[in-house]
Amino acid sequence: MKKFKGRVICKGIYEGECVVSKQGVNTLATFQKSALKNAKKVVGSDQNNPDIYGKNLTGIALILPQTIGSTTGGLVIQTICQMGINPAALLFSEEIDSLAASGVILAKNWENSKIIAIDKLGKKILNEIKTGDRIKIEEDGTVTLIEEDAK
Amino acid sequence: MKLTAEEKDILNGKEGKTKAKIMQTLVEFGDLFGAEKFVPVTGEGHLVTSFGIGLLKPVYRIMDEIIDAGLKTKFPFTVDPRPIDYKNVKVGLLNKFIFSKIMYSQQKHYEEQLLKIGLKSKDSFTCTSYLKEVGNTPKYGDVLSWAESSAVVFANSVLGARCNRNSGMLDIFGAILGKVPKFGLLTDEGRKATWIIEIKTKSLPEAQILGSAIGLKVMEAVPYIKGLDKFLGTELNDQTISYLKDFGAATASNGAVGLYHVENLTPEAKKLKSKVIAENTKTYVIDDKELEKVYKSYPIMWKKTDSKPQLCFIGCPHLSYDQLVDWTKKIEENLKISGRKKVLIKTIMTTAPSVLNKFLQTEDYKKLKNYGIKLSSICPLMYTNNPIAGNKPIITNSNKLRTYSKSRYYKDSDITKIICGVKNEKI
Repeated sequence: MKKFKGRVICKGIYEGECVVSKQGVNTLATFQKSALKNAKKVVGSDQNNPDIYGKNLTGIALILPQTIGSTTGGLVIQTICQMGINPAALLFSEEIDSLAASGVILAKNWENSKIIAIDKLGKKILNEIKTGDRIKIEEDGTVTLIEEDAK
Repeated sequence: MKLTAEEKDILNGKEGKTKAKIMQTLVEFGDLFGAEKFVPVTGEGHLVTSFGIGLLKPVYRIMDEIIDAGLKTKFPFTVDPRPIDYKNVKVGLLNKFIFSKIMYSQQKHYEEQLLKIGLKSKDSFTCTSYLKEVGNTPKYGDVLSWAESSAVVFANSVLGARCNRNSGMLDIFGAILGKVPKFGLLTDEGRKATWIIEIKTKSLPEAQILGSAIGLKVMEAVPYIKGLDKFLGTELNDQTISYLKDFGAATASNGAVGLYHVENLTPEAKKLKSKVIAENTKTYVIDDKELEKVYKSYPIMWKKTDSKPQLCFIGCPHLSYDQLVDWTKKIEENLKISGRKKVLIKTIMTTAPSVLNKFLQTEDYKKLKNYGIKLSSICPLMYTNNPIAGNKPIITNSNKLRTYSKSRYYKDSDITKIICGVKNEKI
């Protein structure tokens, strides 16, 4: 059973599908189109990231190394949380970056919206879990791949 | 974080609920990154959020809360460019309706909010606040509460100020408290380079592609760039500042670079020499082939890839005065070659309001005007976010604009030929 343990930034439990981005996720480029359209779901719109381009990112667990790009990043995360179209969880293989951290903290303190966030899960998670896999997240920061025969 | 008695009082609500929530947010932010304490902000602010997009409801609500609580920033601040400029960037009626009534419906209200909490002036809208004409130029060692990725990386790298890559909202919070948590790029250790970049190109690399290549490779790490001083020299002047401005913006938008050092050129590399490099660095060698590979990797997002461009944006980040003069020369030379009097494609060059005011007094401005080029202080990125404008085939020399919109990127020399109608089969 593939298990990964990270640092809990915002705890929560989740069981469901994930989307994996092997490269840094550009928050503004990824979420802006859906947010501007007032869409009910986020469809990844970063043309430079084939891992998430065109994929639904609402309600799933997004596994990524870090976020990159514009310093509007935290505000964008706060806004999609306020709109209720955010991913259920952000799972970082590396240490969380300052913009994603801002977004998670802003959402918690100013929107009362708790997006699960766990960092330092290790690089292996990016290769051993694939988009479409089902995973389980526990409050202590454990992320487990739900194997096919266990579904 | 270890808080002083005064900071604890703020956290416990002695100065009001809103200030306590601001403190709580910054303490959690600092704790996450191992900050031990707050340090005082010593320079003016710069905010990233300049646009009154209707959907950013949290911003206007929090701003109202700040105003109601009687809070202001410790120092005045500048802010990123406005998203609309109907005078110089004309739009059709439908576009105007979408901009004013739907997308940027909160613009007027938001600008009033900004003035209430400490915006320097109505002309303080630019992403290049650090340019001498604008005057929000931090000193070496200043501690800042800035956002705007291109401004943060410039202030850290070229001016030697100290600022983390703060998010929108946290830039305001730090400016109000007059304090920021000390971690990352605010510490000597966090400013050490963990990547060595070896430049082995035959000539000065295109700033926007070099920045993109480095950003994509190192993400948020600090790169130390060797071999660039061979082309740029060892002194900061108007030309090198303009180059580093565009280079840095590409590192920050294509990656997440908040600080870079250029050997023998940028202040900390000159002062600290090898002490600014960490142990166990990684190396990335960049030659002409590598840059061409990165350039060719950019996807073309137009519906029809062979469309004729309808609009060209030059100036993201905003052009410096020196760049405006340089572009005037380039356009003049290329129009002579093509035998045309005006540019073929509607072209907008963007610059800070105070740089524009200076340029308006010059003969070069009259030339650009005669060539059919418009000057504006608009934010091209915000303009191209309009779903209608964004679907036009737009070209740009900005790697940042390419990253966040469907605009197609061209090198400076190629984009000049395209807009001036110089035939070149290689473009």
